[in-house]
Amino acid sequence: MAGNDDRRAAQEGWVADGAAPASTALAGLDALDLAGRPGGGRGRLALRLWNAFWPKVLAIALVLGIWELITLSGYKKEIFPGTGPTLADLWDQAKGATLWQAVGNTLQSAVIGFVVAIVVGSLIGALVSRIYPLRAAVGSLITGLQTMPSIAWVPFAALLFGNNNSAILFLIILGAAPSIANGLITGVDYTSPLLLKAGKTMGLHGLSLWRHLILPASLPVYVAGLKQGWAFGWRSLMAGELIVLVFNHPTLGALLNDDQSLSDLQGATSIIIVIFIIGIFVDGLFGAADTSIRKRWGLV
Amino acid sequence: MATNTMTEAPAVTLAGVSKVYGRGPAAVQALDQVSLSVAPGEFTCLIGASGCGKSTLLSLVAGLDKPTAGDIAVSGRVAMMFQEPALFPWLTAGGNVELALRARGVGRAERRQRTGELLDIVRLGGFGGARPHELSGGMRQRVALARALAQDADVLLMDEPFGALDAMTRDVLHDELDRITAQRNLTVLFVTHNVREAVRLGDRVVVLSSRPGRVLEEFPVSIARPRRIDSAPVAELASQITDRLREEMSRHGG
Repeated sequence: MAGNDDRRAAQEGWVADGAAPASTALAGLDALDLAGRPGGGRGRLALRLWNAFWPKVLAIALVLGIWELITLSGYKKEIFPGTGPTLADLWDQAKGATLWQAVGNTLQSAVIGFVVAIVVGSLIGALVSRIYPLRAAVGSLITGLQTMPSIAWVPFAALLFGNNNSAILFLIILGAAPSIANGLITGVDYTSPLLLKAGKTMGLHGLSLWRHLILPASLPVYVAGLKQGWAFGWRSLMAGELIVLVFNHPTLGALLNDDQSLSDLQGATSIIIVIFIIGIFVDGLFGAADTSIRKRWGLV
Repeated sequence: MATNTMTEAPAVTLAGVSKVYGRGPAAVQALDQVSLSVAPGEFTCLIGASGCGKSTLLSLVAGLDKPTAGDIAVSGRVAMMFQEPALFPWLTAGGNVELALRARGVGRAERRQRTGELLDIVRLGGFGGARPHELSGGMRQRVALARALAQDADVLLMDEPFGALDAMTRDVLHDELDRITAQRNLTVLFVTHNVREAVRLGDRVVVLSSRPGRVLEEFPVSIARPRRIDSAPVAELASQITDRLREEMSRHGG
């Protein structure tokens, strides 16, 4: 075809009608395009820390303030735990070994249970999103499991496994795995058709399509699923520990149970504060993972 | 319906290709008996109003979809570019190009070197480590071009690749595309709804009818290169083609 020779000729005598060569025009355009964009300026570390910090300080101040107001109002004065005495109680407990043992035991169960839930949930999610007949049957089952209050499983787990840690792990896995599976399934479903088209014309198929396209594309939704799974698992864990008491194995739930038996409202409040702090801390970890992914993708 | 006398086997041949979406009364005929033959190294632009099945045609040639009737033969590898860059946001610009190399089994050491070369070709040498969102629209589309070139394709399918870009950027990218397709002797099927762009780039402009898509007429473009989109010969042929398109559109106005 003659046109192609023309194009080849064009490439040699490049400058068209005295215009600037394309290469320099392009470099100029690129520079102009990028100049208007906010650079990677990160701001001062202290400022960023402060920005992350002050809402939390404000929240704590608000809670303490409302709490103190209720105390001052004299509501159930005989038993309602005051701000000062409760914090003192928490401090006392923090100086002893039992609280730390309990935190350690509880977190250990949480982490082991969560890791198993990630494996189980991801496996189920991957199978369900790949195999269509499975999806119709198992998809609604997963959602059903997710809406099931975890405490309803406690008697079942206790009777099946006995009063030991396996029962508690079972509860965490049952609580967390459905959300994790759902996260993966939704992530896979929401993989952009355009990217899929691009990947397929690139020659990705089967396992390589999964590895290089579908899995990374579903990562943000999957992480959201992990976060939700953790929240559900953590709730199941608390419910389980409160009821399934393992002998000589202090946990946060067991301490709460003790406080209830001893009518120690102050002690119970201290433990609630500890549970709350752990919850916020872990949520922060997931939040950081989420932000880092969004940053890399350019979504923030 | 091929207009050229060929000594070489065509790079792309469509023979009586039809595509119907859906069944029964709701069925939509996207393409009707389209026959087209593209010579190796030829730059063919497809143009038509909405509903002419331009994008369907490219999907069929790319093998993303199967024709309802007719045959499609492509010699060599096919790569495709879309109106959106469709870069993977979790990879850097270089990573996107490298994945295309990896998909066809290029070894690790060679991948690195080739990625650098390909980015140089689209004049993005220093941007291998940038994330897609850090680049401008035109730069992203050039990364997409580098990724398409990485597939070492003989046939490049382009579905309105510059449609979302501003006129100035598009103009410069036309020059770049001219250079790259000539250097690599690429066969190009380029879909656009911009008549001047079609005349500026193509060795031949194929006008398609709408609903269903058929080949209405073919216009060989014998304007010498380098061309400019705002030159008189380009404008003249473009207005001829526009007239033909208007005629076709008014047929649908009832």
